[in-house]
Formats: sequence, C-alpha cells, structure tokens
Amino acid sequence: MFVGAVFFPLLGACVSGFLGRWIGDKAAMWSTVICMALAAICGTLAFFQVALGGAPATVEIVTWMDVGELEFSWALRFDTLAAVMVGMITLISTLIHLYSVGYMAHDETPPRFFAYLSLFTFMMLMLVTADNLVQLFFGWEGVGLASYLLINYWYEKESANDAAMKAFIVNRVGDLFFMLGMALTFLTFGSLEFDAIFAGAEAQRNATFLGLPSLELIGLLLFLGAMGKSAQLGLHTWLPDAMEGPTPVSALIHAATMVTAGVFLMCRMSPIMEYAPFALAVVTVVGASTALFAATIGCVQNDIKRIIAYSTCSQLGYMFFAAGVGLYQAAMFHLFTHAFFKALLFLGAGSVIHAMSDEQDIRRMGGIWKKIPVTYAVMWIGSLALAGIPVFAGYYSKDAILEGAVAAASATGTYAFVCGIVAAFLTAFYSWRLLILTFHGAPRADAETMDHVHESPAVMLIPLLLLSVGAVATGFTFAPYFIGDLQAQFWNGAIFNDPAKHMLEALHHAPHWVPTVAKVTAVSGIALAILLYGFLPQVPGRIAAAVPGLYRFLLNKWYFDELYDRIFVQPARRLAVGFWKVGDARIIDGMPNGVAALAAGTARGVVRIQTGRVANYAFAMIIGLVLFVTLFLLGR
Amino acid sequence: MNAAGFPILSLLTFLPLVGAAIILFVRGEDATVASNARWTALWTSLIVFVLSLVLWVQFDKTSADYQFVEQVSWLPEFGIAYIMGVDGISVLFVLLSTALTPLCILASWEAVQNRVREYMIAFLVLETMMVGMFCALDLMLFYIFFEGVLIPMFLIIGIWGGARRVYAAYKFFLYTLLGSVLMLLAIIALWYQAGTTSIPELSEFDIGFTLQVWLFLAFFASFAVKVPMWPVHTWLPDAHVEAPTAGSVILAGVLLKMGAYGFLRFSLPLAPDASQMFAPAIYVLSIVAVVYTSLVALAQEDMKKLIAYSSVAHMGIVTLGIFTFNQQGIEGALFTMLSHGVVSGALFLCVGVLYDRVHSREIARYGGVAKIMPAYALVFMLFTMGSVALPGTAGFPGEFLVIVGAWAVNPWVAFGAALGMILGAAYMLYLYRRVAFGKITKQDLRALLDLSPREYATFAPLILLTLWMGVYPQSFLNFFSATVAELVQNHQQALATTARLAGL
Repeated sequence: MFVGAVFFPLLGACVSGFLGRWIGDKAAMWSTVICMALAAICGTLAFFQVALGGAPATVEIVTWMDVGELEFSWALRFDTLAAVMVGMITLISTLIHLYSVGYMAHDETPPRFFAYLSLFTFMMLMLVTADNLVQLFFGWEGVGLASYLLINYWYEKESANDAAMKAFIVNRVGDLFFMLGMALTFLTFGSLEFDAIFAGAEAQRNATFLGLPSLELIGLLLFLGAMGKSAQLGLHTWLPDAMEGPTPVSALIHAATMVTAGVFLMCRMSPIMEYAPFALAVVTVVGASTALFAATIGCVQNDIKRIIAYSTCSQLGYMFFAAGVGLYQAAMFHLFTHAFFKALLFLGAGSVIHAMSDEQDIRRMGGIWKKIPVTYAVMWIGSLALAGIPVFAGYYSKDAILEGAVAAASATGTYAFVCGIVAAFLTAFYSWRLLILTFHGAPRADAETMDHVHESPAVMLIPLLLLSVGAVATGFTFAPYFIGDLQAQFWNGAIFNDPAKHMLEALHHAPHWVPTVAKVTAVSGIALAILLYGFLPQVPGRIAAAVPGLYRFLLNKWYFDELYDRIFVQPARRLAVGFWKVGDARIIDGMPNGVAALAAGTARGVVRIQTGRVANYAFAMIIGLVLFVTLFLLGR
Repeated sequence: MNAAGFPILSLLTFLPLVGAAIILFVRGEDATVASNARWTALWTSLIVFVLSLVLWVQFDKTSADYQFVEQVSWLPEFGIAYIMGVDGISVLFVLLSTALTPLCILASWEAVQNRVREYMIAFLVLETMMVGMFCALDLMLFYIFFEGVLIPMFLIIGIWGGARRVYAAYKFFLYTLLGSVLMLLAIIALWYQAGTTSIPELSEFDIGFTLQVWLFLAFFASFAVKVPMWPVHTWLPDAHVEAPTAGSVILAGVLLKMGAYGFLRFSLPLAPDASQMFAPAIYVLSIVAVVYTSLVALAQEDMKKLIAYSSVAHMGIVTLGIFTFNQQGIEGALFTMLSHGVVSGALFLCVGVLYDRVHSREIARYGGVAKIMPAYALVFMLFTMGSVALPGTAGFPGEFLVIVGAWAVNPWVAFGAALGMILGAAYMLYLYRRVAFGKITKQDLRALLDLSPREYATFAPLILLTLWMGVYPQSFLNFFSATVAELVQNHQQALATTARLAGL
C-alpha cells in the first residue's frame, strides 16, 4: 500500500512515456489515469491508517549512500505529515489527470504530457515521504525537472523555453542554500536522517558554527531553499512565467503541490525551526511580505492564469508566516484546503480558456456566464473559498492563520497580521475583479469566438465538481483534526511545537475581533470589486490613469525581472564573454602562444643569418675576432 | 599469485596490444582491411572488458591493500621493478577505461573512414597505456604509461581531428609534456632519496618537509595540467573541439582523470604536509575553475567547446574534494571522476550524433531537434541532467559529497563550489534549449534521422550507468571506502607526527 501509493505513478509515467508510441494516445492516457487512481486508493488508505488510525510506518528500501559517518537510505516515511500530503497529492493528481484527458484531447503528443505529469507526481510523493534530507532533495529536484519539462511542454514556443529555464535556474538558486543547509546539518548532527536530527535537536540547541548558532543557520539556509521552490519574495519571479505550461500543469504543480513543498519542508523541520527563533522571524516577515506583495500585483494583471498565479504566491506567503509564528498545523491546514480550491480555480480557468478558443486575457472576455454555467458556478465556489467566506474551506484555515498571527503577540506576528489582513482584502478584490471581467458585462471577444463558447466535456467537469466538493467540505471536516481538539492525536508527534510557546492554545484564545475583522475585510473587498467592475466599469481605468506611476509599478510586477536582469543576468553574460575572449583567449592563451611565437620568430631570425654565402660568414668571423681581441686587450 | 589466479592486470594491459598487432598484419583491399580492423578492435576491447569484470567480482572491498599484485624484478640494481596492482582508488578507473574503449570504437564505426586500421591501432594502444597507468605500482612504470598515453592521443587528434587539429594536437602535447618533465625530476629526486621507485615502499618512507614541498610542486605541475586546473586549462577546449568524437570521449572520460588520480596516488600520501600547506591555494584555484569556466561555458557557441569547459568546472569539484582530506570529500571526488567519465563521455557522443548528420558543431546551426529526433532528445536530456547533477543521476552523489566535505573545511569554499550548481544548470539548459527546443528554422534539419541501432547500442550502457550510479551509488562507493578511510587516516597520522616533531 505504502509502496503502491508512491510507485504507481512512476509505472504510469514509464508506460506512457516509453510505450506511448506503440500503444497509442488513448491507451497511454488512460493507463496513467488508472495508475494514478490506484495510487489514490493506496494514498487514501494510507491516510486513514496513518493519520486517522495513528499508525505511522517507515518502509526501508535500500541503502543509498554510506560514506564515513554519512549514511542514509531510500525509505518511505509515512507519518501524519507525509500521509496528509500523500492523500492530497494522489487525489488531486488523479483528478487533474482525468481533467487533462479532456483538456489535452486535441494535442499532438499526449503520451509525453501524461508521462511528465505522472513523473511529477512520483517525484512529489518521493519528496513528501522522504525519511532523510537527501531523499527529500531528490524529490525536490525531481519535481523541479518535471516542472521544467511541463512548462516547456510546448517547446516550440520561445516564451515557454524562457519560462522553463527561468524556473529551473531560479529554483537552483534556492537549491544551493538547501545543499549548504544539508552540509551544515550533517556537520551539526552527524546524520541527515530525520529521526536522528529530531532526536538531537534539543541537545544541539546551543551548538554554534563560526560563532553563529547552528540551528538558526540551518533554519535560514533551508528557508532560503524553500523560498525558491515556494516562490517567496525575491525568488518568486519564475512562478508567473511558469503559466506558459498547459493549464492542468499550473493547477497541479504551480498551485496545489510543488510550490507548497517549501511550506512542507518548514513543517517537516519543525523540531529544528522551533529552536531557531530568528530564522522563524525571518520566515514570518518574508511570508507576510510576499502575501501582501503578490496580492497587490494580482489586482492589476490581465492574464487570467497570471492573476491566479499571483494569488498562489500570496497564499503561500500566508502558509509561511503561519509556520513562522509557530503554527505549523495551521500552515499545513491552509496548504491542504488551498490545494483543493486553487486547483479548482486553475482548472476552472482552464475550462474558460478552453471555451474561449485559448484566449487568456480577461479584457477580451465577458458575458459568457450563461454559456458555461457549470464553470461559472465552480469558479464562484473557488473564489469564495479563496476569499475566506464562512463555510467554505479557506475560511477555516485562513482565519486560524490570522488569529495565530495576533496570538503570537510579537512584533513580527503583528506585522504578519497587518499584511495578512490587507492581502485578504486585495485577494477578495482581485478574485471578484476576475469573476466579473471574465463572466459578466458585455462580450468583448470577437463574434466568432463567442459563437464557439461551449461548456467543457464531462471528463473535465467531473474533476471540477469533485474539487468543488473539496473546496467546500475540507474546511469544516478537517478543522478539528488539523487545528482543533483532535490535533494532538491526529498529528501524533509528526509536528513539533516548543512546549514553552503554547501556540495552539493561544490560537483558541485569540481576540474575538479577529475573525470579524477578517470577514468584514473579505466582504468589503468583494463589494468594492463588484461596485467598480460591475456597476462603474469606467472608474478603474480612471484610477489607473490618475496614478500612472503606481499602476505601471504594479503592472510591471515591481520591476523585479528588470532588476534581476540588470544585476545578475547581464553582468553574468558580460563576464562570461569577457572571461572567454580576454581571460582565456588573450591572457592565458596569450602566454604560451606568445612564447611559441617568440621561439618561432627567433628561429626565423636565426635562419636569416645563415645565408650560405662564404663572404658573409667570413665577415662575421672577422667581426668576432676583432671583438674578442678588443675585449682581451681591454681586460688586460 | 593473486586472487584471480593468473596475472590479470598484465593481461588487461597488454591484450589490446595483441589486438593491435593482429590489425597491423591485416592485408587486402581497403574496405576489407577497414572492416577487419573495426571488428578486431571491437572484439579485442570487448574481451578486455569482460575480462576486467573479474576485478569487479573478485575485488575485496573490505581491504585497503593493493590487490591482484604482480611483481617481476626489472632493473634490480636501480631498485626498479615491474609491479602491478589495484586498490580501491584505481580499480574502478581500470573498469572505466575498459568499458569506454569498446563504446568509442563503436562510436567511430562510420565516423572514421580514412586510415581506419591506424585509427583502431591507436585506440588499442591507448587502452594499453590507460589501463597500465592505473595499474602501475612503480613510479618509473607509471611514468612510462603516463607519458605513453600522450602519443596515441596526439596522433588521434592530429590525424583524425578537425580543421585546426595540428595546432590543438601540439598544444595538447606540449602543455602536458612540460608538466611531465618536472614530474620526472621529482621521480628522480625521490629515487635518490629512497633508492626505490616502488609505490608501496615509498609510502612507508618518511620525506623531509622541504623535499615534500618541491615534490609537491613538481607533481602539481604535471597533474594540474592533466586535470586540467585553471589557469592551465586552455589546451582542453582546443583538444576537444578538434578531436574526433571518440577521442573526446576518451579524453574526457579517462585522460582527465589521470591528473586527479595522480594527486591521490602521489601528492597526498607522499607529501602530506606539503599537501596540507598548499590546500588553500588549491581551493582557490578549484573555485575559480568552477565559477570562471562555468561562465565561459555560458558564452560558448560551439557545442564541444561548451562541454569541454564544463569538464574543467567539474574537475574543479574533483580537485576541491581531494584536498578536503576527509572521507566525504575524497569519495565525492572519486565518484565525480567516475560519473564525469560516464556523463561527459556520453555528452560528447550526443554531440557526435548530430555532427555525424549535419557536420557542424555550431550551436546556432541547430534548433528544434526534439521534434524530429525524440529518442535522441530524451537521451540528451538525461545526460544533460546528469551533468547538472540532478539527484537520481550519476552527477549528484559526487557533487553532494564534495560539498558536504568542503563545508567541514570551510563554508565559503562549499559555497563557491555550490555556485557551480546554478551556473551548471544555466549553461547546460541554455545549450539544450538552443539545440533541441524551439521551432525548426533550418530546413535541412527536418530530414534528420533519429538514433540508429548502433547508436542505441552505444548509449544503452551509458544510460544504464548514469541511472545506476544515481540511484544506487553504494555499489561504487563500496569500492572506495576502505582505501579512502586508510588514506585519510594515514594523512591525519602524518600530520600528527609532524606536529609532534615540531613540538619537541
């Protein structure tokens, strides 16, 4: 069961990828779907046994490396943290595979797509079930590869090539720190296996490295790694561009699963993070800033997928600052509910794009809600969950995070709360801006496109409906387990909380005004969007015209791409050419080539003396004789 | 006599010469000679490879001693003997050499059309020299093989190479020879001191610090060029670019390992104090190699040159690992040497596949190849990832272990080495993107054929190795551990002894 949950997707990937050409597109697609379904069954069973039944397990496969004291294995670790992720990933991935059968029906090479998608799922499962940091890193890089391949799925498009490379390289920047974090972990604990690290965390509390507290340094390095994968402020630039990939990819990788790996890492390493208060403060501040920053950009973007991408970025910020204030449970809960409603939103957007003949610009949509009612309904559900309206899933998790930020009663917590609440307002605003511009108002697409607007086939609608059930129900069903009364039993020690901090208790005694404020903000954000875009459609344009500087600043995503291009990409290129043309060709090669030229030149000169004429030689001899005689006389 | 019951190492070393002799006596039409030469070379190298598997099976991984030792008195009055033997450091490189040679012969099957007989002879002689070099346990013998490698390689580049082959061949020859001359001086100095050139005996011998420094520098001159380390690396891109595909494979796969092997075999055990003293300089040179050559690789417009520069960067990781003097670092360096042999050899083969079809190494000449050669694109992607050191491929364990080992020495050194992770990804993906992705704009590319069965046969073992080394590196690391553990221990002891003497 445990092995099946992880390895069925790999089987599907191999069947589709290697045999796809022989068994045909249909067979390849459905074989991956079946493998995923099997994995989902195993994954759900594992979730029930491990998380709800309280029976964690570890499956050792084989030793991976054993070098000196450094030893670790390939192993599947199923504790509650892993089981939650495995259940969620297999379930959502199955739905997305199913959806893709419809979405990719007109594509040229679906076996390749499904092979990548299944490969991704496998890598993600390896990541979450890792029982040591290196295996986690294996999954970490594996999902990076799959993401690269999927963003680049339409590899004939230049923009897809660029986006894919950017994603991989920006992620590698984070990975560098992850790698160094692993090195320091090994130096501190003498092991990279979770059991050994967690057991030793308390004892190494005061360990230092070069005068700095080791645990803080490990925490920071790992967080820098997590920032890359989870697109946090500074290393977020790849995520919006990653929308070049097919929409199911955006839903699975760039919303529900891969980008949450960083949050998962923070929760997984909670025994270390809890003893690294400074690192946690950094996590809180960066997370909160990202939540706000991404939300501001989301308000002015016009590409339907990019808006949702920035929203993902922003929600990841929430998860991080939840972890930062010590509420790993709430972070995981938001991760869990977010996976459902964000996958729903992306797939809904995919359904819209599908209906609109591949149009992605919301300025050229509008007036289609009657033609695609199911999609319209599920987009509403997804947006309600995202905005954190009561009953819907997002409400429970987001509320817990905001309450936690207040309950933390620290400066960083307060900062996080302020950012979080403003971001919540903006989230509600841009979600309804998207809904109204996409579905309501006068149709802005050309007549031909409008004629073709059609509801998606059942194979796409079924996953949408199932996900909307998740977007509604996961909140109130799982709240007691993740953060409520049953949490201690549910987590069963998979997450460590510093007993001195009592964060979970504080959460329940958070001031009563917090949920009210959250609700009011969300509703007023929705109201403002409806007012501006539904009733006064000229006003937004006028506002933008009134503050052109701010508008362009937001539209250009705070100029991060331009900045990085200026300070990293261009200098690196210039340096590269400089090193090559000057360093290598002129200086380093110049010396031996110069010596060679010198030798050849001298030789040529010497050759010239040997003319072969006796008179010349005789003359030289006489000159020589005169010279020596003179010297002899002078010397005497 | 030894575990195999027969002189296996000598057999491995000299069997290719027998094959070369057979080819030498083939007579007849040009076409038949070529065909006979190819088949004889292939069979010879395959037999050698199968024979070398005895080492894989019978090597005792728990022992740090030299195994399969053969000793014949050669010049007893000078204390020089013919000693062959392998330990955990060298055994896998013997296997790497014997495994790559048949693949190279297979890769040159159609690419080399003129003077096939001489070409095959050169390759078999090269195999003899490589295997002999890794087995030799006598300094003099080692030197002969070490220098002997130069001759067939010089000919392979100079005769079967590209347009600027003569320049490249001479550059290669002169660069490496210059260093080697200094090594010969070091060998003579050692012999004067110790009266023997047997490596096992020499490692027992205590060498004074001043001599250690001179020895280290002389060996360094030779090995640094061979590795190659920055700034004596510029012969490599030229040699690679001009060499025929198979020549590049062997050059990257085995010849580059000779320098690093030399460091491990001689510099560290014979001059431990000097090694320790010069280690910081090596770190700096290694990191410069990683960052500088990675950047240079980023700017390349020639596929082979790009991969050649990436080799220099990978070798920077190797030298860094060796001079960390700890178990993780050294095993990581050894593993990187192996994996680089497989992966970059395979990358040169990948370039060769395109070169055979289009006859251009210029990156801009390609684009959109993935569309018409999907199998090739997959293979190329796998090796690209291997070079990027993605976990699960051969490149990862080595790089990871070196970084872990380097962190224990100095975190900034580890950081410098880790920068290679980003830059490596940048230049490899940039290469891959320009070759395989995008729209096909050059019309003649549309007619390209995907991999032929012969090419599949060439790539299959390398694919298998790349994944095997990534997923279960332990089966290779096992060979190293005992020997490296002893090496590290001896090194610590030597340092401790010096420290104690200094204290007196």
